[in-house]
Amino acid sequence: MTPPTPPRKGGAAVGPAVGPAAGGRPRRRRAARGGAPLPLLVPALIGLAFLVLPLVALLIRAPWASMPELLTSTEVWQALRLSLICATAATLVSMVIGVPLAWLLARVEFPGRGLVRALVTLPLVLPPVVGGVALLMALGRNGVVGQWLDTWFGITLPFTTAGVILAEAFVAMPFLVISVEGTLRAADPRYEEAATTLGASRFTAFRRVTLPLIAPGIAAGAVLAWARALGEFGATITFAGNFPGRTQTMPLAVYLALQSDPEAAIALSLVLLAVSVAVLAGLRDRWMTAS
Amino acid sequence: MTRSARRTRRTSQLAGAGVAALLALSACSSSDSGSDAGSGSDTGSGSGGSDKVSGTVNVFAAASLTESFTELGKTFEKEHPGTKVVFNFGGSDSLAAGITGGAPADVFASASPKTMKVVTDADAAAGTPATFVRNRLEIATLPGNPDGVSSLKDLTGDDLKVVLCDKTVPCGAAAQKALTAADLKLTPVSYEEDVKSALNKVVLKEADAAVVYKTDVQAAGDKVEGVEFPESAKAVNDYPITLLKDAPNSAAGKAFMELVRSAEGQKVLTGAGFTAP
Amino acid sequence: MTENTANTANTESSESSESSESTEDAGTTEKTEAIEKTEGTAADGLDARLVVERGAFRLDVALTAAPGDVVALLGPNGAGKTTALRALAGLVPLSDGHLRLDGAELDRTPPEARPVGVVFQDYLLFPHLTALDNVAFGPRCQGVSKAQARAQAAGWLERLGLAEHAGAKPRRLSGGQAQRVALARALATRPRLLLLDEPLAALDARTRLDVRAQLRHHLADFEAVAVLVTHDPLDAMVLADHLVVVEDGRVVQEGAPSHIARRPRTDYIAHLVGLNLYRGRAEGHTVRLDGGAAITADEELTGPAFVAFPPSAVTLHRERPTGASARNLWRCEVAGLETHGDRIRADLAGELPLAADLTTVAAAELGLHPGVTVWATVKATQTHAYRD
Repeated sequence: MTPPTPPRKGGAAVGPAVGPAAGGRPRRRRAARGGAPLPLLVPALIGLAFLVLPLVALLIRAPWASMPELLTSTEVWQALRLSLICATAATLVSMVIGVPLAWLLARVEFPGRGLVRALVTLPLVLPPVVGGVALLMALGRNGVVGQWLDTWFGITLPFTTAGVILAEAFVAMPFLVISVEGTLRAADPRYEEAATTLGASRFTAFRRVTLPLIAPGIAAGAVLAWARALGEFGATITFAGNFPGRTQTMPLAVYLALQSDPEAAIALSLVLLAVSVAVLAGLRDRWMTAS
Repeated sequence: MTRSARRTRRTSQLAGAGVAALLALSACSSSDSGSDAGSGSDTGSGSGGSDKVSGTVNVFAAASLTESFTELGKTFEKEHPGTKVVFNFGGSDSLAAGITGGAPADVFASASPKTMKVVTDADAAAGTPATFVRNRLEIATLPGNPDGVSSLKDLTGDDLKVVLCDKTVPCGAAAQKALTAADLKLTPVSYEEDVKSALNKVVLKEADAAVVYKTDVQAAGDKVEGVEFPESAKAVNDYPITLLKDAPNSAAGKAFMELVRSAEGQKVLTGAGFTAP
Repeated sequence: MTENTANTANTESSESSESSESTEDAGTTEKTEAIEKTEGTAADGLDARLVVERGAFRLDVALTAAPGDVVALLGPNGAGKTTALRALAGLVPLSDGHLRLDGAELDRTPPEARPVGVVFQDYLLFPHLTALDNVAFGPRCQGVSKAQARAQAAGWLERLGLAEHAGAKPRRLSGGQAQRVALARALATRPRLLLLDEPLAALDARTRLDVRAQLRHHLADFEAVAVLVTHDPLDAMVLADHLVVVEDGRVVQEGAPSHIARRPRTDYIAHLVGLNLYRGRAEGHTVRLDGGAAITADEELTGPAFVAFPPSAVTLHRERPTGASARNLWRCEVAGLETHGDRIRADLAGELPLAADLTTVAAAELGLHPGVTVWATVKATQTHAYRD
């Protein structure tokens, strides 16, 4: 499943990508005509077409006639609701543990930091299905840690909504960590020093100085993570299974619809796309007005 | 991902674009699709009509045929030197979608007549598909059957974690048919996207039981234990096979189908748990 | 007629012309002196020997100061001044030595628990907070309630003449304003040791004069120890009453600014601190000094002022020059002579104590030796007067 927003390096996702303001559009076009050299312009346009064409094809082939009927189906709304809840929860989980991890990687020197950084990005290269299997091995009923969760606390994660959130967070968190770490590296660590000379503990310095400074990077990372979590399929279905209302998110519904009714699958994908575009655009507008 | 990406590129007709894009969305899921669909498929064309068989045969086959077809592929390559059998194993429906979308394939072996109908309806099959094996359902339990499962009814209790295939895939449809025949209501913890992932949940001991095909239980060896149940007779799955109209290498495709339906082929298939038609 | 022809480049930022062949033995002597002095210091104020080892670099600097003192660490870039400052703040751990402030051991105290305030070179005002909240940050961290911290911060901003900028974010402040906010922020924690890292380096030349004058007054008002780091001898001499010259991680000389200017121990210091600096009251072109002498300056000012000129601007004569165009003429006695390369710096006593640079040839022609009376002239155009 391709995430709606392509992963970008570092924390640059939101800053430079902020859409053109009302007045900026004509200026930009003039600049492109006068200034953009062809060796850049041509591949840029090909790149744009490459990303947009499949989506356009999806729109062209969409079964518009059967859309209304589909959109009134409770299963669709159930899956959509679950998708939004789980993606948001996974993003929050990623933020709560991912931001401190990014801080650790960016600010604390410890032996094997390079290795740890590589490990953090591992879920990015791991096929999601393998990620799901790995999660089962670790947190499944019979997993390395999961068996203790089961015997001590009676907690089993597979086949639960919590399992979906976990699987999505596993796949999405690296995007947040990388983005936040990049922002932290770019941010001047001496602000933290300045805060400590003013009597702030390292945690207070982080909370009151660093966190506000890297907020744009966190936001960018959170958007990437959210988008990735929303589109997550492989790890989710492997770790949490597929049960309507509990673990069946939109990508799972799309995939299974594809087995029997490709038209319905296209329609479902469009719903997912429309919702994610609406949310991402809404967030971007909010930041634009805030900054 | 590579498979569908390539397919997207190859698909010249716009007809397939929508489906191909969808496949791109879902392709990461087909865990068992390691095979490379396109490679060298064009090289074998042109030898149609001749008895001499050469080049690459592209076989799209249901995931449950993985073990037996892989073995038959080796036999085929041995019997016809200079040939190479390239398999694309996957859910029958995705395979059918790929074929109607223009994916280059010579032979299609489906796990259900329903998906085969998708291909014949699209006028993509050459000739009439024929059933070459049947598959029955079985209950896969943990090794040693610790929960003492002996019937389909035993699965309906609350204390067991049971996984079924999703209704949209053949093994799920068959399971529903069996449950209806037995007049049972079963709420699983998950409707898995294909039979292999349903089985894997038991192999990994995340689920206590799964309703899967006999062939899958057999392929899993001693990682699961199979329990037969009488209602499975009501949900026998026919596997049809056909040569495809746009086959790049139809001669070799035909030869492969002959091997599948020969006594030798049937021996391999029944050895894997299938029953002869 | 003997004219000394030394170059006039070594006035303000003499850093670039620093000579690296520092005399090592001189430095060692000074250091030993410093350590001896450390051992005999009273409980109040700063008493530190800062040893920081980082790879091949070793910083070993002893510093002592009484409350109210302003100490300047002067030296070229890379000399270890900033490291020393960071060690005082606790941002760099000491490899060896000790750090006592008002009798309390601080070497193991984390930076947030030290009664130390820092004004960083580029101020490091928190960009997301207003000037007021920047200043209130320290009191807040010390457990003061939000309202009270803000009230205190408002008081500090008021005192530094920034009341109307309380609500401004740092990026909307000018360099001089930002510097004062940074000072207010550091002072708001009521530190017993105030550290300033190149406090004027980030400012343009025009702002610099004003800010330097203001900073001098604020430092004079500050009741505890202040240590500032600078590579600019003029800043050091205007702001501090005690100079510590650091080179290559070691103290090469220390003492009162005027003393060091007149009796540099090394060539490097001679270049670095080559400056005659006086304080007085300006009246038009004349600056009348507290000691009675008067200097005619190029600038026209009224009120308290500084006037400075480099030793190379001084011309020495054996006889009182007649018809000389220089309006600044003083009778002096040679108190000492120091050779630095091909130059000699003369320490002159008299109605205006001053330092003069001349070539060895000129010194020989004049027959200079301690006790000789000479006439010193300085052209008004070579002096530089500015408001105190």
